[in-house]
Amino acid sequence: MGGVVEVRNLRKIYPMGDDEVVALGGVDLSIERGEFIAVMGPSGSGKSTFMQIVGMLDRATAGSYSFEGRDVAALTDDERADIRSRRLGFVFQSYNLLPRTSALENVELPMVYAGVPEARRLDIALEKMDIVGIKSLADHMPNQMSGGQQQRIAIARSLVNDPALILADEPTGALDTKTSRDVMRIFSDLNATRDITIMLVTHEPDIAAFAKRIVTFRDGHILSDVPNVKRAA
Amino acid sequence: MNLRATLRLAIQALVRNKARSLLTMLGIVIGVAAVIVTVAIGAGARVSVQQSIASLGSNLIVVQPGSVTQGGVRTGFGGASSLTPQDGLAIAQLPGVAAVSPIVSVRSQVVAGGNNWQTQITGVAPTYTFIKAWALASGRFLSESDVASIAKVAVLGQTVVTQLFPNGESPIGKTVIIKGSPFTVIGTMTALGQSGMGQDQDDVVLIPYSSAMERLTGLTTVNLLMISAATAAQVNPVQSEVVSLLARRHRITPPQPYDFQVRNLQAFAQAASSTGTVMELLLAGVAAVSLLVGGIGIMNIMMVSVTERTREIGLRMAVGARARSILNQFLTESIVLSTIGGLIGVVVGVLGTILVALLAKWPTLIPPGWIFASVGFSAMVGIFFGYYPAQKAAHLSPIEALRFE
Ligand SMILES: Nc1ncnc2c1ncn2[C@@H]1O[C@H](COP(=O)(O)OP(=O)(O)OP(=O)(O)O)[C@@H](O)[C@H]1O
Ligand SMILES: [Mg+2]
Repeated sequence: MGGVVEVRNLRKIYPMGDDEVVALGGVDLSIERGEFIAVMGPSGSGKSTFMQIVGMLDRATAGSYSFEGRDVAALTDDERADIRSRRLGFVFQSYNLLPRTSALENVELPMVYAGVPEARRLDIALEKMDIVGIKSLADHMPNQMSGGQQQRIAIARSLVNDPALILADEPTGALDTKTSRDVMRIFSDLNATRDITIMLVTHEPDIAAFAKRIVTFRDGHILSDVPNVKRAA
Repeated sequence: MNLRATLRLAIQALVRNKARSLLTMLGIVIGVAAVIVTVAIGAGARVSVQQSIASLGSNLIVVQPGSVTQGGVRTGFGGASSLTPQDGLAIAQLPGVAAVSPIVSVRSQVVAGGNNWQTQITGVAPTYTFIKAWALASGRFLSESDVASIAKVAVLGQTVVTQLFPNGESPIGKTVIIKGSPFTVIGTMTALGQSGMGQDQDDVVLIPYSSAMERLTGLTTVNLLMISAATAAQVNPVQSEVVSLLARRHRITPPQPYDFQVRNLQAFAQAASSTGTVMELLLAGVAAVSLLVGGIGIMNIMMVSVTERTREIGLRMAVGARARSILNQFLTESIVLSTIGGLIGVVVGVLGTILVALLAKWPTLIPPGWIFASVGFSAMVGIFFGYYPAQKAAHLSPIEALRFE
């Protein structure tokens, strides 16, 4: 089992006028292949900030971060874009689907930038949509779908380039309890049957209960990092 | 991302916002259509001016008598009675001269049967049809023997034909009375219409210059000598040859003033043509400004579009789009927008030009170069005005774009 993410003394400081906000005050964390991590903690504790830096959407102020053995701080913007394209998958609380664009085209989007030939895109997209159980919605537009359906499209989209790591920031934050559990079961299955590494942020203990490992943040630091003994099914 | 994918993406985005895309294009459409119509009118006007100048006679040089001073009073040009048919014969011997015709003009009443009409009687040489590039409609034209025998023969312009022979009978062989002398009609000229100065060129009776001098003016001098140079390039050399020949023949030594005046129409043609060019450029300039305004419209909408789609840009970056792909996407949108606008503009412009030609009966001419130039220029407008918004989109930070409300 090789390390996917290796973070040491990671700091993120936002300037706020003359003042500054320390969003991350020195975080250490290792993520191995096949892990399923839930990140918890009170509002403002730095969970999203951490996810964005790990997802290479933002840069850390200080500390070291290596992704699959590469020093992320040394990468150019284009190299980071390429890693996001081929090695990372994102799922957001607000789905972030392109409006007035069919479910199928939304799922195909990352493959357009990864340079996957057009003929193969359709097959891969339909295969991933089948995995999350929404193959029949391929022609639907986002505004014709429920929240749960939209989030499944987003999950299918995060899968198309066979990422090493899926990052999900409160993926069930906008969903009701039943739909939330359905979505979590999809993540669980992906992790169990396809060995996909997942890190997700949640406020709800019964969502976190699906994960194998629970990391708790407080004030920009990791308060606790424990295996989940009472896993939900 | 390859070109085809980028192009498809741009077209998709534009189709998704049909109404807005069309309204944005409108600026370019109007700009290009305005360029095409104004250039077509300008070029049409220039060509028709050139044609009317050419209709005055090809490579024409005109010799007029000069002014004379009598007791301190100077007459205008033409006041001196100095040009003779012999001057014309001498000029005809000069190299580069294709034809010469003396011109003797008199206004007179012409009577044919019960009809009469006041018109211009012009005494000319047989070369006159060649010099004026004027074709005969019927019968024959004046001949050298008509000139030599001071024959009482006449060739009628179409206006005179209709005035004197209103019943449509052929005038050939009929007799017309000019200042009491009977002249036999031997031919008629084709209709020329109005001259550039609005004169009816067909209101004329042509007779041998010798007959005009002998029977109408009673003078040994003529009003004008018309000379046709063999080629356009020879107009100026021939003109100076004519000047020195006439100075010699009239025994004029400097500082004595010349008693004649030699002019050609080339300077006039050049002036008219350059006025046309200035007008054309001015019109095109005005039209180009409207294209520019169209470009600013595109920039405006692209700025709005980038702001509106900030989250989309953030998402595209999150799933792996490089800055370059985003730049290309927005730049392509703006180029597609402006180029399609340009193409529609060409169609509208050509239709507008046809309409102007049909309704206003103005001469129009669409130089094909302008069609390519205006489509090319609109594409450039798209690049120029789309670059800044596209650049702005490409330089967004992914996380800030995603967080954008
Ligand atoms: N762009 C920013 N500029 C300034 N401060 C920021 C910015 N983003 C986050 N912060 C601050 O950094 C701290 C951590 O924010 P973060 O969004 O990571 O918290 P979180 O744990 O995700 O909270 P929540 O559970 O509410 O989503 C907060 O104090 C926040 O105000
Ligand atoms: Mg958060």
